[in-house]
Amino acid sequence: MESTIFRFILRYSKREQILLLVMTVISFPFLYYSLDLPKRIVNDALGAKGSTEFPVTFLGIEFQQLEYLWTLSGLFLLLVFINGGFKYWINVYRGRLGELMLRRLRYELYSRILRFPIPHFRRVSQGEIIPMVTQEVEPLGGFIGDAISLPAFQGGTLITILFFMFVQDPILGLAAVALSPIQAYIVPKMQRKVNALGKERVRAVRVLSDRIGESISGVQEIHANNLARLMLARFTNQLGRIYDIRFEIYRRKFIIKFVNNFIAQLTPFFFYALGGYLVIMGDLTLGALVAVLAAYKDLSAPWKELLAYYQRKEDARIKYEQVIEQFDLPDMMDAETQLAEPERPAPLDGELRASNLSLLDDDGEVQFEAVSLTLPPGSHMALFGAGGGGVEALAMTLARLSYPSGGRVTVGEADLHALPEAVTGRRMGYVGPATYVFSSTIRENLLLGVMHRPTGPAADDPDTRAALENAGKAGNSTDDPDGSWIEPDAGGDGPDPVVRLIESLSLVELDDDCYSLGLRGTLDPDARPEVAERILAARRSFADRLAEDPQLVDLVEPFAADAYNTNATLAENLLFGTPVGPAFQPDTIAAHPYVRRTLDQVGLTGDLLRMGRDVAATMVELFADLPSDHEFFGQFSFISPDDLPEFQALLTRLERVGAEGVSEEDRARLLSLPFKLIPARHRLGMLDDEIQARILEARAAFARDLPEDLQDSVAFFSADAYNAAASLQDNILFGKISYGQADSVARVGAVIGAVLDDLDLRATVIEVGLDFEVGIAGARLSAVQRQKIGIARALLRRPDVLILNDAAATFDAASQRRLVARTLEAMAGRTVIWTTHRPDVACLFASVAVMRGGRIVETGSPDELDREGHVFHEAAAQN
Amino acid sequence: MSLNEEVDLLRKIPLFAKIEPSKLKLLAFTSERLTYQGGQRLFQQGDVGDAAYIIIDGTASVRIRTDGGEIEVAELGKGDVVGEIAILCDVPRTASVEATGRLIALRITKELFFRLVSEFPQISIEIMRELAARLERTNVQLREALNR
Repeated sequence: MESTIFRFILRYSKREQILLLVMTVISFPFLYYSLDLPKRIVNDALGAKGSTEFPVTFLGIEFQQLEYLWTLSGLFLLLVFINGGFKYWINVYRGRLGELMLRRLRYELYSRILRFPIPHFRRVSQGEIIPMVTQEVEPLGGFIGDAISLPAFQGGTLITILFFMFVQDPILGLAAVALSPIQAYIVPKMQRKVNALGKERVRAVRVLSDRIGESISGVQEIHANNLARLMLARFTNQLGRIYDIRFEIYRRKFIIKFVNNFIAQLTPFFFYALGGYLVIMGDLTLGALVAVLAAYKDLSAPWKELLAYYQRKEDARIKYEQVIEQFDLPDMMDAETQLAEPERPAPLDGELRASNLSLLDDDGEVQFEAVSLTLPPGSHMALFGAGGGGVEALAMTLARLSYPSGGRVTVGEADLHALPEAVTGRRMGYVGPATYVFSSTIRENLLLGVMHRPTGPAADDPDTRAALENAGKAGNSTDDPDGSWIEPDAGGDGPDPVVRLIESLSLVELDDDCYSLGLRGTLDPDARPEVAERILAARRSFADRLAEDPQLVDLVEPFAADAYNTNATLAENLLFGTPVGPAFQPDTIAAHPYVRRTLDQVGLTGDLLRMGRDVAATMVELFADLPSDHEFFGQFSFISPDDLPEFQALLTRLERVGAEGVSEEDRARLLSLPFKLIPARHRLGMLDDEIQARILEARAAFARDLPEDLQDSVAFFSADAYNAAASLQDNILFGKISYGQADSVARVGAVIGAVLDDLDLRATVIEVGLDFEVGIAGARLSAVQRQKIGIARALLRRPDVLILNDAAATFDAASQRRLVARTLEAMAGRTVIWTTHRPDVACLFASVAVMRGGRIVETGSPDELDREGHVFHEAAAQN
Repeated sequence: MSLNEEVDLLRKIPLFAKIEPSKLKLLAFTSERLTYQGGQRLFQQGDVGDAAYIIIDGTASVRIRTDGGEIEVAELGKGDVVGEIAILCDVPRTASVEATGRLIALRITKELFFRLVSEFPQISIEIMRELAARLERTNVQLREALNR
């Protein structure tokens, strides 16, 4: 990368900077005339000199005095416009240039992160790198736009004004610049110390962000070890350092400012003294002095700007250099290897051979050495060895993720470590012990295995075109991220990867997980009307099955517009729909004004208040003497332990003043309780038939009078319409699973499964499950599920060589063995290397290489090795 | 059947006779009331025990696997408590219990049961009494078997 910011500027924006410069130069004559005009107006038009005779000839036209004044003033106005116009154009152009260059710089830094050697990430922390790309370079953009044109413009302005002064009177001109040499000497000297402090500040802030990042990653340890106090003390210490540095910077900056201001204030003294003397002596016209004074007022602005520019320049220079040194690593992968697009990625189906391979880590410690392996195409080999024996490091080297210190790996004729990533990342697969899952859907996480390059044209709309054109101007990627990226024929002929998604899911036994996620997921019926239609068919079929079988009929209580559902909450019964958005959620529905109006209308408010009182009384009776941290509160109570005393007090008040006497707040509180009642579950016997009938009345009134603006807040149940707000399962059930039926959830699940299989809908449900958002770093999935995604991702592109680095260590023994068997079957005829420390897993492979202490100690088939006198046999016996 | 009716029923069971009504109400409220169809099993011999059951309505048969197939060893009815041994001493279920016809039972989880036992000595005593009675029965049967 360019070693200084000015080299960077010149390399990528020479033309733009020159254009800016030219425009700046063109603007100067206008500026000069706008300075000159006031003098003419005072001296000529107003006749201050007393020597002007009218009419005068100006630009070949004769003018009387008044006309002349109007003309000159009009010209002055015109010049103001022209100068303003120039300023506007230059500023906009400068801003745009700065943003483009900032964009280029950030892109360059990010692309370098992607090319850092992988071991480097053990030495640098996220906390340090992220602020460099996001914050530290931010001010550079503004500076780059100004880098050349601002000093040219302000310097030019300064010179123009000075030139004007000298033309008016050389002595005054001299007076204006008399103190500049002193300034030019003192200020940089003081600035140098500020620069050094600036550097220190950048480093201190990096340490600070590193501290924060570490605390976030290690927050569990902090809680588990009661480290908060130590962490706060350390953080305080770092804040203190930054405070000291920043305060010192301020102090010095303001000293510089003080010196500058002082000198700037000193100059007018020379004007008044010297200029006044000259006017009195008749050597200078008053008009000229006025003009000079006006010019001097204009002079201080560019002068200030220049000084500020000087400080910013120094700041930018330091920032740039400090960032660049972190991103200029000697052993970085070159961009060509990472991004070059070969005509057609050569297959890696030759013999895989490692010759005399060795790897030293950063401290010179041997990871493995003298490793020689030969794997004919299609061989399946287990690398067997305990952790720390060099197995993991060897697997990473064979997968081209780390570079060996000695020896080489060849596939066919090609040196693996010299191949572009377009070959290794497409024809090889690697799954480590802890797969990273990106925060997106399961589907996208799987498809990432085949999204190497755009496989179709960019979207053909003006917005995309403009965005990509701009990206090109900033040297960014010109690929459309929203275009099509899926390699249609990944891993040879056969169906599209999208078609094989479900197949690869069942290969790693993730299909059942996706099925349950799918049942809980939602579907947009407008986007996929035919699927919604089939789910409705499943709803009917499910209802029929239940109705036909007396053993099953009680499992689900279906929704019916004219019946109270005793397995649903009162809120659900009132809504008779799924709440969408915040208005009618279970916690807020009781307080909603429209709900309250509806209750009043059917005369239910009093009854519900009474029920609220009864529920509160029951809860107080049941839970009052339980400790507040008892698990029953979370599981069973309608009232949280913190609120229980308040309700106790409320009940006492109620007894004293009656339901009508309590405050509106208390009423709202009481009303909220019965909304959560489920008669079949809570069995409190409060919702008798009469109340249920009135709630049905309220249900009808609620739907009938629902105001326009609340129409979108509820998706009503309808027997023959798909409910977009409810999950797939709820759409099929169209009712509530009954409480109190033994084993009901599992039995209902079985019936749903049977119905979906009958209608051939299981794959559709799995597909809905594929759209499950996995959360940050896959936090909503289990470690095993994440690992399965990693393996399915690698299998999806059917690589020629698949390396699994203890990829199933988190699985239980039986499923690990199943997974190995299935993977080997799917990879028949292609090479598989699987590292493991389990002898039973190693025995599933055709050949085993046993590693110990960084060396391969024996190789052979499991039968050959599992005999007396072999290391493998010993290890297996110990297990 | 509402909570209050369940509480009345519980009070008639010797195990819970001396517990104050509000505690019984809590017991009923925090326990699941489950309906079984004839032939459905409450639990299976050999399973891990996670709950005890109080039969509220209907009958059930206690069955034990033997070499000659399953045999019925006892019949349970309204008010009987079953399944408490497995959760008391952390052994797998020593028998299976199957509903003979429609059955309603209150399912008390292990945590809740332990809480009751530790909070109410009366329950412990009742359980001891019950266990001692069973032991005595077994002894009688053993003697008869030996004398035969």
